[in-house]
Amino acid sequence: MATKERIALTGNEATAMAMKQINPDVCAAYPITPATEIMQIFATYVADGLVNTELVTVESEHSAMSATIGACCAGARSMTATSSQGLAYMFEMLYIAAGLRLPIVMPMVNRALSAPINIHCDHGDSMGTRDAGWIQINAENVQESYDNLIMAMRIAEHPEVQLPAMVTFDGFIISHAMEPVDVISDAEVQEFIGEYKPRFSLLDIDNPITVGAIDFNDYYFEHRRAIAEPMINGVLKVAEEVSDEFAKKFGRKYGIFQEYRMDDAEVAIVVLGSAAGTAKYVIDELRQKGIKAGMIKIRLFRPFPYKQLAEALKDVKAVAVLDRSDALAGMGGPVFGEVRSALYDLPVRPITTNYVYGLGGRDITLDHIRGVYGDLLSIANEDKVPANLVTYLGVRE
Amino acid sequence: MATDVKSKKDVEEKKEPGWKDLPIGGLIEKPGTSEAYKTGDWRTQRPVWDSEKCINCLICWIYCPDSAVIVEDGKVKGIDLDHCKGCGICAQECPPKCKAYTMVNESEFRGK
Repeated sequence: MATKERIALTGNEATAMAMKQINPDVCAAYPITPATEIMQIFATYVADGLVNTELVTVESEHSAMSATIGACCAGARSMTATSSQGLAYMFEMLYIAAGLRLPIVMPMVNRALSAPINIHCDHGDSMGTRDAGWIQINAENVQESYDNLIMAMRIAEHPEVQLPAMVTFDGFIISHAMEPVDVISDAEVQEFIGEYKPRFSLLDIDNPITVGAIDFNDYYFEHRRAIAEPMINGVLKVAEEVSDEFAKKFGRKYGIFQEYRMDDAEVAIVVLGSAAGTAKYVIDELRQKGIKAGMIKIRLFRPFPYKQLAEALKDVKAVAVLDRSDALAGMGGPVFGEVRSALYDLPVRPITTNYVYGLGGRDITLDHIRGVYGDLLSIANEDKVPANLVTYLGVRE
Repeated sequence: MATDVKSKKDVEEKKEPGWKDLPIGGLIEKPGTSEAYKTGDWRTQRPVWDSEKCINCLICWIYCPDSAVIVEDGKVKGIDLDHCKGCGICAQECPPKCKAYTMVNESEFRGK
């Protein structure tokens, strides 16, 4: 069994510590207003000589991602971290990182986007980049955020994957909250992630190559199809394998999503992020009363585990999808769209509703979740699709 | 150099590589491949060069932005139509006394 040390850390501190243990070759960062402490803490590690990382202080988040891409093309294991508006400012470069198939791993603290100006938690920032070709892994608490970052290195750099990965966790609720964390030793992290073997290096003058060439109507489609392949076939399998190996070594098992008391569940919530913890508390309460309530906590949102999720929800009567962002599509949030699509091919589908909650850091309480399960139970009893599929939970009328 | 007007049939018969055949990430694994990429097919006008009028001053060769003027042993031999975009700089810069270039609409050559 692995050596264990349990210490109290915030989400930002745990993430910076994982980055220290990963010891990337290059980090590029810019302290735009919503940026978290992650890079600030990491910069102290660099200053103290605790890592070998070349820290590049750039002039914007767009440049941070550009420099990270450049470093990765040079053959360096490259990372950065961001949040909210910073991620929005990186938008253009995110697609390039994925298109060039660079295994950049980036912690991303979920915070609301303007306007109105807000610094608190919701998932609107990362959801806005969901089609950029990045793997997206979410966490429920500090421990999971720490573990996800270490696992993400293996997933992104896997030969069958070769895609960038965004490791997201909830702003303030996880990023600034202190929790006890089982920390893995530096040596064990290094052993787990292994040596980085870049696919190519622009610095290899004996093998000159071109990166980022133009592709017109004759090749662009083929290259985009190739990017889709690991999302269709590779990532979920690799993530399961990495998760199994992680569980074997360090005792914490995650998988691509977590099923909580789903075995005989009749009603279920699908949620991602810290609200999963709140939901678990309510489920335990309901189970004591004999109510068959369960939950699925989505961990990988990109790629989305459509088939596996349909299998896990096939015997449930009613499902509530909780979205901490609004797609502004006229039909609720982005997780709702994915879950409904996943369930469509089932011969008998659960009735599925959506709750948009927690925008701009609005708390989601036990009573909110109790109310959702109350709604689910009446939907399941009546066995009728409710007229109002999307509810804005906790908003003042 | 022969004109290379691709018909749909030509393209299909050539069997361009499929997505599984390409290096991942759009990487080009060797240098100098731009020569193999024919970029002359969006030309609307073609420079027609007259060897009788040419004095081999090579001003066209110097000015051509696509290095499409073919020169051997210090003498102009013709135009590389696989890469010439038909910008007309060669015709513009050719000394007025010579006028060795005439720009002709590409439609004149269709089907020939």
